Amino acid sequence: MSASFERGYNVLKEMIDAPIASYLSSCVRCGMCASACLFFTETGNPKYTPIHKIEPLRKVWRREYTLIGKLASWLGLAKPLTNEDLANWQELLYDSCTLCGRCSMVCPVGNDIAYMVRKSREGMAISGHAPAGVVAATQRTIEIGSPMGVRLPAVKVQIKHLEQETGLEVPLDKEGAEYMVLLSSMEIINFPEYLSAIARIFHQAGKSWTICSEAFEATNSGIQIGVGDLAREILMRIVDGAEKLKVRTVISPECGHAFTALRWDGPNLIGRPYAFKVQHILEVLDELRIAGKLKTEGFEEARLTYHDPCQIARRGGVVEQPRNLLKMVAKDFVEMSDAGAMNWCCGGGGGVSANTDADEIRLKAFKRKKAQLDELGPVTLVTACANCRIVMEEGLEQYQMDVPVVGLTETIAAHLALSPQITPPLPNPLPLAGEGTIALSPSGRELAGEQPGEREKP
Amino acid sequence: MSDMALLIWARGTGFQLALGIFLLGMVLRAFEIFSLGRKPDLSEARESTPGSGWRTVWSRSIPHASTWQRTPATIVLGYVFHLGFFITLALFIPHIQIARSTLGISWPGLPTPLVDATALISIVALIGVIVHRLRDPVRRFLSVFEDYFTVALTLLPLLTGYLAFHHQLLPYTLMLAVHILSVELLLVFMPFTKLAHFATLFAARWYSGDLAAHKGVAS
Repeated sequence: MSASFERGYNVLKEMIDAPIASYLSSCVRCGMCASACLFFTETGNPKYTPIHKIEPLRKVWRREYTLIGKLASWLGLAKPLTNEDLANWQELLYDSCTLCGRCSMVCPVGNDIAYMVRKSREGMAISGHAPAGVVAATQRTIEIGSPMGVRLPAVKVQIKHLEQETGLEVPLDKEGAEYMVLLSSMEIINFPEYLSAIARIFHQAGKSWTICSEAFEATNSGIQIGVGDLAREILMRIVDGAEKLKVRTVISPECGHAFTALRWDGPNLIGRPYAFKVQHILEVLDELRIAGKLKTEGFEEARLTYHDPCQIARRGGVVEQPRNLLKMVAKDFVEMSDAGAMNWCCGGGGGVSANTDADEIRLKAFKRKKAQLDELGPVTLVTACANCRIVMEEGLEQYQMDVPVVGLTETIAAHLALSPQITPPLPNPLPLAGEGTIALSPSGRELAGEQPGEREKP
Repeated sequence: MSDMALLIWARGTGFQLALGIFLLGMVLRAFEIFSLGRKPDLSEARESTPGSGWRTVWSRSIPHASTWQRTPATIVLGYVFHLGFFITLALFIPHIQIARSTLGISWPGLPTPLVDATALISIVALIGVIVHRLRDPVRRFLSVFEDYFTVALTLLPLLTGYLAFHHQLLPYTLMLAVHILSVELLLVFMPFTKLAHFATLFAARWYSGDLAAHKGVAS
């Protein structure tokens, strides 16, 4: 037994709590979870059945925590978990699971399978069975501060461009601000329109906000890879930054897993509640709307639909807010089938988009989103996760679909009723189907150092 | 041992033994689960939430529309055999009479011909479960010996009860003894196999619902 395997085995053992024991005691192998998983529905391969993905964890549970399992292993009737098992399960636990949690919604005995996949990843990563792409992203976050290697100067360049473009100030390290805004690398490199939208919205609302120079990055690949210690280290930068600046609320950006990491896992990782509040940007915008501080004018000509990012809707509880917001600017809003808490994943969450081993299956899984979109006809796709956005753009390109993808915050900002004090240049209206996706602003391309049509992945 | 002696043993010592193993096994199972505990969730719960642990205990009995479309056979077969099994177990008048004579409690039953038909439907559904497991790629892939063994354990009491009631295959006394023994076999294996889900699923659903409710989502 190698040392790394033994460590992995012990971590799996530590991960098992009463909920997991109740789940594993209850599974009847009915296979209904398969029907909820896009990796199964789009490939038809039974090995992608969600409950099968946690087989290593089940083996550990049975052997360590049940009398019958102990007896079976003592009599030599049960095969113990091996390092080879873990190696074989890497594909199932990382490449073909986005932690979307749809399986957890349909299990008739109530098993939260995504919870068990997340816990299984802890043992996988420690024993050296995490995919290289996610390991590298995590290393970059620890060493540089962001999974895509973005440093503060890049953010400052974006801020400078934004200030020139809008005439608005982007406050850096402002103590006592109401809101501390975080960004995902994807937004810094590929979607600078997000920060510009934030600046204009907060200006209109009259809210004080800031960006922390020591903690601007929201993404946390420690969560995706499944290493609690690394996730904690990455998270602590934000906690320290927010507490140093004494902000009231930290805003999780348009990124799914960053919200899960910060809002739900965070306090448990650091072992104490925060001294500040965490909200997703959509929650903040909806609160501003209710308070009458978010005023829009005009409507989108395009027919809009909304893709619910899994970690924001199904696993995060932000379902109504995006719909309330879209109705402010959309005359023709249509829902996809299964929208809301049962929406289908883009196929690239949970570290899958950062994992090159998963490229092929991710594009196959995208056929589910394609089918949802095909039902609607010509439409513009709005979402609130930069990762979903890039994954869907790639999928749409692969299947030669003419569906523009835009972020929700920038869509709202494009319709802000202008206050008399400032006259920022109006951003381009949303593209209609047939006009292609929103183009990168020059500043974004400059930052990314990329060629047109080419976008970075974390 | 005569048929009558076997029946008397099955009704007396056999039943007490089986019940004892069942009860101890279930206590052990509960200990195996709840002794593991869970860490308190330090993240701030949402103030308003559409879900709760108790809500999910009930709501999970109703499949989502899209699940219906994708796995109708699993849902229909599962529902029919579970319902049929419980109707036959709890609403067959001779079974209620046993409860009255042993526990002193009783409740109204269903007309015997109706229960007879229900038992037959359950038997067919359980055979359907086996066929579905063998034929459907996902179910065949997931299935292990325990899955077929537990279906057989569940099928036996229904089948032997049905045969005893209709005086088929074996002399009535012997068939009745076999029927009671098959129930005892089921009781003995229940806590140690996936059959324990009859009780543990309530804990599983509650935990799932509670985790989701904390985040403000229904489950």
